[in-house]
Amino acid sequence: MTSLCRFVCLTVAALVMLGGCENPEPENLRNEVLVFCSEGSPESFNPQLVTSGTSFDASAHNIYDQLVAFAPGSSRIMPGLAESWTVSDDGTRYRLNLRHDVQFHNTRYFSPSRSFNADDVLFSFNRQRLESHDYHRVSGRPYLYFDSMGLGDLILDIRKLDNYTVEFQLARPEAPFLATLAMEFASILSAEYAQQLLAAGTPRKLDRRPIGTGPFKFERYEKDAYIRYTAHDDYWAGKQKLNGLVFAITPDPSTRLARLTSGECDVMNNPLPIHVAAASNRDDIKVLSQPGLNIAYWAFNTRRPPFDNALVRRALNYAIDRNAIIQAVYDGNAEVAKNPIPPIIWAYNASVQDYEYDPEKARELLQLAGFPNGFTMDIWAIPVQRAYNPNARKMAEMIQQNLREIGIRSRIVTYEWGTFLRKLRFGEHDSVLLGWTGDNGDPDNFFSPLLSCASAISGSNRAFWCNPDFDRLVFEARKISDQEARHQLYDQAQLIFKREAPWLTIAHTTQYKLARARVDGLTLSPSGGTRFAGVSLKAPD
Amino acid sequence: MWRIFPEKFLVVLTSFIGITLLSFTLIRMAPGDPVLLVAGERSIDNERYQTIERQYGFDRSLPVQYGIYLKRLLKGDFGTSAVSREPVLREFFRLFPATLELAFCAMLFALCLGLPIGILAAMKRNSLFDTTAMSVALVGYSMPIFWWGMLLVLFFSLLLGWTPVAGRLDFIYDIPPRTGFMLIDTLISGKPYALAAFINALHHLLLPAIVLGTVPLAIIARMTRSSMLTVLKSDYIRTARAKGVSSRRLIWIHALRNALIPILTVAGLQVSLLVTGAILTETIFAWPGIGKWMLDAISRRDYSVVQGGFVLIASSVVLVNLAIDLLYAWVNPRIRRGR
Repeated sequence: MTSLCRFVCLTVAALVMLGGCENPEPENLRNEVLVFCSEGSPESFNPQLVTSGTSFDASAHNIYDQLVAFAPGSSRIMPGLAESWTVSDDGTRYRLNLRHDVQFHNTRYFSPSRSFNADDVLFSFNRQRLESHDYHRVSGRPYLYFDSMGLGDLILDIRKLDNYTVEFQLARPEAPFLATLAMEFASILSAEYAQQLLAAGTPRKLDRRPIGTGPFKFERYEKDAYIRYTAHDDYWAGKQKLNGLVFAITPDPSTRLARLTSGECDVMNNPLPIHVAAASNRDDIKVLSQPGLNIAYWAFNTRRPPFDNALVRRALNYAIDRNAIIQAVYDGNAEVAKNPIPPIIWAYNASVQDYEYDPEKARELLQLAGFPNGFTMDIWAIPVQRAYNPNARKMAEMIQQNLREIGIRSRIVTYEWGTFLRKLRFGEHDSVLLGWTGDNGDPDNFFSPLLSCASAISGSNRAFWCNPDFDRLVFEARKISDQEARHQLYDQAQLIFKREAPWLTIAHTTQYKLARARVDGLTLSPSGGTRFAGVSLKAPD
Repeated sequence: MWRIFPEKFLVVLTSFIGITLLSFTLIRMAPGDPVLLVAGERSIDNERYQTIERQYGFDRSLPVQYGIYLKRLLKGDFGTSAVSREPVLREFFRLFPATLELAFCAMLFALCLGLPIGILAAMKRNSLFDTTAMSVALVGYSMPIFWWGMLLVLFFSLLLGWTPVAGRLDFIYDIPPRTGFMLIDTLISGKPYALAAFINALHHLLLPAIVLGTVPLAIIARMTRSSMLTVLKSDYIRTARAKGVSSRRLIWIHALRNALIPILTVAGLQVSLLVTGAILTETIFAWPGIGKWMLDAISRRDYSVVQGGFVLIASSVVLVNLAIDLLYAWVNPRIRRGR
């Protein structure tokens, strides 16, 4: 009997000791490997096929390079894989001189025999551009970004003048084109790798086992668990100080914070406002912030009645108390939005008259539209946290409450992220709470992918709104490079947008990331992407 | 012991038919076109539609469809995940070791503490130890796993900083998956930090195993106590005691072996409980096992995974129960000898 007692006590003691003992860990390992608590599994490792920031962080921002790049923390263009460029006088021909001796990743599954050249540029763009291309249909997905920006029509031809010179022939002068080349979907993939895979009969691997020229190379991915990268030794801009990079996939934001505070993670993506407040009191964690290049919106599916009626959409605009949302959902770290672009973009129209919260007016408009007793609708809330929307569920509940006041019954719908996006693209929603973070700081980057007729077809226009006048203005503004003239066109476009009200514009937020104090050299880009090139770690704190 | 085998085999066969029938109806009862459900929510062209229709026999009568389904299962074809495009069977076997490792440790924890506590409580019936242990067991039995897990994380991980918050291993260690059992993989990885990684993996196992093992622990402790009490009251124990058998011998040789029979049955039933518990535990601790896999599949509407995963998990529970039955027969001579 005493032996039994002893056994129980020993077991408990062993558990406590195991829990409490310090594990002697290799000293240098923690200074060489950075762990990033990311918010979800990437849909693909090919940035051409996706639009979400989660997938871009896992691919374009760390594995790949683009022809030109944004200077860290700004939307200024600087050389990338192209060292220099010239634009013809009529603004339709862009000639780019490519960098020499840029090496692709050498991995377990691919050993490059040559360095980067014009063939890789042609391959990367032609896959998205040409229906006849061997790879065009490989993953069966549309090229969402490429299509919604209308690049298929814009780019007439891409010519290889010699191994290190390419020329883009455009159908018309296009002011934001250079900024477009810096975007994620314009990443450069290896043509040689693609050829090898095609010959082996496994072309889909191109999108799952990426090869790029970027600062980190892909090593292993366990779905819903982690992604491992190692430093690219022959990176053209110099080898990284970090040896390894791990994305710890942690969908729950509180678990992300817990992992950060316990030191398991070094950087945390998309903290909630309460996390930021809590972290700012701590010495071992620093808060990185920047005014966001973003918009949170509530889009109405204008293909479905009753949302095809502008009166109904305006009524919904009047019905919602956005100031309450800013306080409750964003903790005040945001401002009410009235235009689809944030005020830091030069084309912002400050004179637009917004719909103020007025339930009485909303009821009147509903009556006018023929719905005196309201109706029933779905509100789709994104299942992930985003810089532009830390808690879509809570926001949806507040909206639900506001809608009840004007006699509209609503149901909140949500799915896992991948499914959610897929169903959205097919237009299965009545309305959706979503948002957008700009990529290149150009106003066109908001108007074209979110509100143009082309994007209503490709699916990234979640309201499926297609207004010919608006579309013409946006289209015109893209052609001229004079900023003042463009500004005038965008001013008009924003007036039409507000009048037709395909969205309720909700908020522009400040974006945050949290990092351990020992993380050095991490800068936020205005678009919210996470790039680890040039980041280093000091000794453990 | 082998005499009971045919009978048990029949039971297993019936269960398997029941499981496959259920999973077979699942996809046909779900709203919408079964072909589209199998294909996932991507647009498919006519050609692909007809291939799937033929492959699954959706154009044939229901019994024929069931036959086709069984044939596919027997050939080891459990379908393909609509999300990852990977065979369900391969995903299952990749993730199953993680759950197995967790469940094994949870069961070990439950048995190592539950059995002795139950025996002690029975021997010191109505003492302070007995009442305390049984009250705590009752609390443990009725505790929501989710809340208990959060509480432990809050206290041990965040407040004391003793244990990690989630996951199977600290991310700085690069351990390629070979067996899928982290404790084994770390040791055979051949990395200079293999031992540190092993201890780290143990650290990660600690809280999830305790959380998952709490309910079985409570049940086993209570069961052991009541079973021991019944046995201790019986005539032969009194006789043994009268004959002067030492108390140690009395407990270990005479009482425990007989008391073990109902305990074993209950422990066997815990296996299905462990599977349901694993879904919650794996979600709390971001543990990449089959519980989290099934939950993710459900929220992703990945019907092939839900269907295939259901058959695989249910079958393994049936098989474990078969093993327990055989073990039971081995312990209990009345069954062994066919009475």
